Amino acid sequence: MPFIPHTDEDVTQMLAAIGAPSIDALFDEIPAALRSGKLTQVPEAMTEMEISRLMHERADLDGRQLNFIGAGAYEHHIPAAVWQITTRGEFYSAYTPYQAEASQGTLQLIYEYQTMMASLTGMDVSNASLYDGGSALAEAVLMAVRAHKGAMRVLMPKTVSPLYRAVVRAMVKNQHIELVELDYDPDSGATPVPTADMGDFAALVIPQPNFFGVLEDVDVLTDWAHANGGRVIALTNPTSLALLKAPGQWGAAGADIVVGDGQPLGAPLSNGGPYYGFMTCKQALVRQMPGRIVGRTVDLEGKQGFTLTLQAREQHIRRSKATSNICTNQGLVVTASTIYMSLLGPEGLKRVAATSHANTRSLLAQLCAIPGVTQAFSGYGFHEAVVQLDRPVVPVLAALQAQGILGGHDLSADYPELGNALLICATETKTAADLQRYAQQLSLALSQ
Amino acid sequence: MSIPADLKYTASHEWVKTNADGTVTVGITAHAQDLLGDMVFVENPVVGRNLAAGEECAVVESVKAASDVYAPIAGVVVASNSDVETSPETINQDAYAAWMFTIKPTNSADVAGLMDATAYQALVESEAH
Repeated sequence: MPFIPHTDEDVTQMLAAIGAPSIDALFDEIPAALRSGKLTQVPEAMTEMEISRLMHERADLDGRQLNFIGAGAYEHHIPAAVWQITTRGEFYSAYTPYQAEASQGTLQLIYEYQTMMASLTGMDVSNASLYDGGSALAEAVLMAVRAHKGAMRVLMPKTVSPLYRAVVRAMVKNQHIELVELDYDPDSGATPVPTADMGDFAALVIPQPNFFGVLEDVDVLTDWAHANGGRVIALTNPTSLALLKAPGQWGAAGADIVVGDGQPLGAPLSNGGPYYGFMTCKQALVRQMPGRIVGRTVDLEGKQGFTLTLQAREQHIRRSKATSNICTNQGLVVTASTIYMSLLGPEGLKRVAATSHANTRSLLAQLCAIPGVTQAFSGYGFHEAVVQLDRPVVPVLAALQAQGILGGHDLSADYPELGNALLICATETKTAADLQRYAQQLSLALSQ
Repeated sequence: MSIPADLKYTASHEWVKTNADGTVTVGITAHAQDLLGDMVFVENPVVGRNLAAGEECAVVESVKAASDVYAPIAGVVVASNSDVETSPETINQDAYAAWMFTIKPTNSADVAGLMDATAYQALVESEAH
C-alpha cells in the first residue's frame, strides 16, 4: 500500500499548475555543493517482510542478558496495561495535536501528567514534556540565564551525567553561556559547597541522585546558590522522588527549576529511546518555561475544558522572540508515563523505589565482599553505586557478558581519575538469585 | 479612541508624558491596547537600566499576542510601575493612567522630536486603512 496520497497524475497536474518541470526542480535553490547526492552508505529500500526479518535478527543479537546497567536509563517493570492502553487508537499518536482544543482527551491526559509531575517534584507548574533528560537540562540552563538577565554563567557539577553535560555544551556553546564545572569530593562522591568566590552565576545545577548514584547535600547547596544570587536547577530521577525530599522542599526556598528524564516512568529501555524530558518550575518562572503547557478552564457554558495556555511565549506566536524553539512534546511516551503513574500510585512508586534501593545495597555488599572489589564512595546512594576493580573494567565486563550478564557502565573513559571504576544498578526487576548470580560470576571473572 | 493632547507619542504606539522634574513617563496608547485586546501580562524594565532610543525594554502580552514596548528616547529607568505588572487589565481600563515606567532622559530635548497628538491621530487613521 502506498503511503503517499498523490498519484503520478496528481503530481504532474500540480507541477503543471505552478510551472515547474519536476519535483527536483523545486529544490533548485539549494546549491549543488550543498547537496548530499546519492547516499551510497544507505542501503536500498527493503520490503516490510525483509525489514521485519532483519530487525528480529538484530534484536536476537541482544540476547536475554541480565541487566545491571543504569547510568541514565533504567530497567523497571512496566505493567502490561500501560502500553495496552497507550496504544489504543484514541491515544496512539506521537505528536501534540495541532488542532489542540479539538483533542480534549489528549489535553486532559497532559494536564493530569503535569499535575503528577508538579506534585512529584514539589513545583507549581509543569510543561507537557521535552525531548529527553539531556535537552531538558539544556533548556533549564537557557531558562535560568533568560530569567537572571545578567549572568551568563551556570555552575555544572562533574557529578552530572557526562552525556547530559555534552548535550548542554552543544546547545549553549554558541550563546555565550559559560558552563563552570564543579569538582566532586573524592571520598564522598558528592559535590562540596564551593568555598571560592564563584562570581555572578545564573544557576547551579544539582543532580539528585548524582551520576555516581550518590546523594548530594541538596539543602546546603540550594541555600548557598540562593545566597549567592543564583537559581537552582534540580536534575532528578523521577522514581527516586517517591522516597527523597521533593526539590521544591530543598533548603529554605526550594529548587527553582526541576528537570530529568521521564524514561523510568513506564518507557522501555528500547536501545536508547524514545524517552522524554520533564520540566517543572516555580510559578514566578512560568513565562520563561519552554514548551507547551495545558491549562484547565471553563467554557462559555461553565463546563470544564482543557486548553493550551501561555502560548504567547511560544514560537508560533512570538517568532524569533519566543522563549525557546521547542514547540512540541513527547506525547506518546508521556501518555505511557501518566498511565504508569496512575496504575502504581504514590505507594506503588514508593515500593519500586524502595525495592530498587534495597537491591542495589544488597548487590553492593555482595560485590564488595569479593577480593579485588571496593566501594568507590562513602556517600549514601539511591539505586546506583560505583565499585572499583583491581583490573581494567572492559575485559571483566566482556567475561560477564559471556555469562549473560550486563555488569554495569564503565566509567574509566569519563572519569579516568577513578581508575577501574564501574557504575552498577539493580532495580526492582532483579531477584535475590539474580544478585547472587552476578556476585558469583564477578568473583569467577576476578579469580582468573 | 482617546488621544490626549498633552502627551507625546511614538510610531510604535507608546505615549510619553513629561513630568515636572524632567523625567518622562511611558505607557502604551489606548489604540495599542485596543489592538492587543485583554492584557494578561506586563514585564517592565528594571530600575537603573540604561536604554537607547528605540530599544526593546518591556513586554505586554494579551490573550491574542505578545508585543514589545520600545524606549521612546534614550535615558535611564528611574521607576517601574509594579501595579500594572500585578494588574495588567488596568491598561485596558485606562491606558493613560496605567503607566509602565519612567525614564530620566539622557537629553531632555529628545522629547520634542516625538509625535504630538495630531500627528499620532493621523498615524492611527493611516494604519486603519
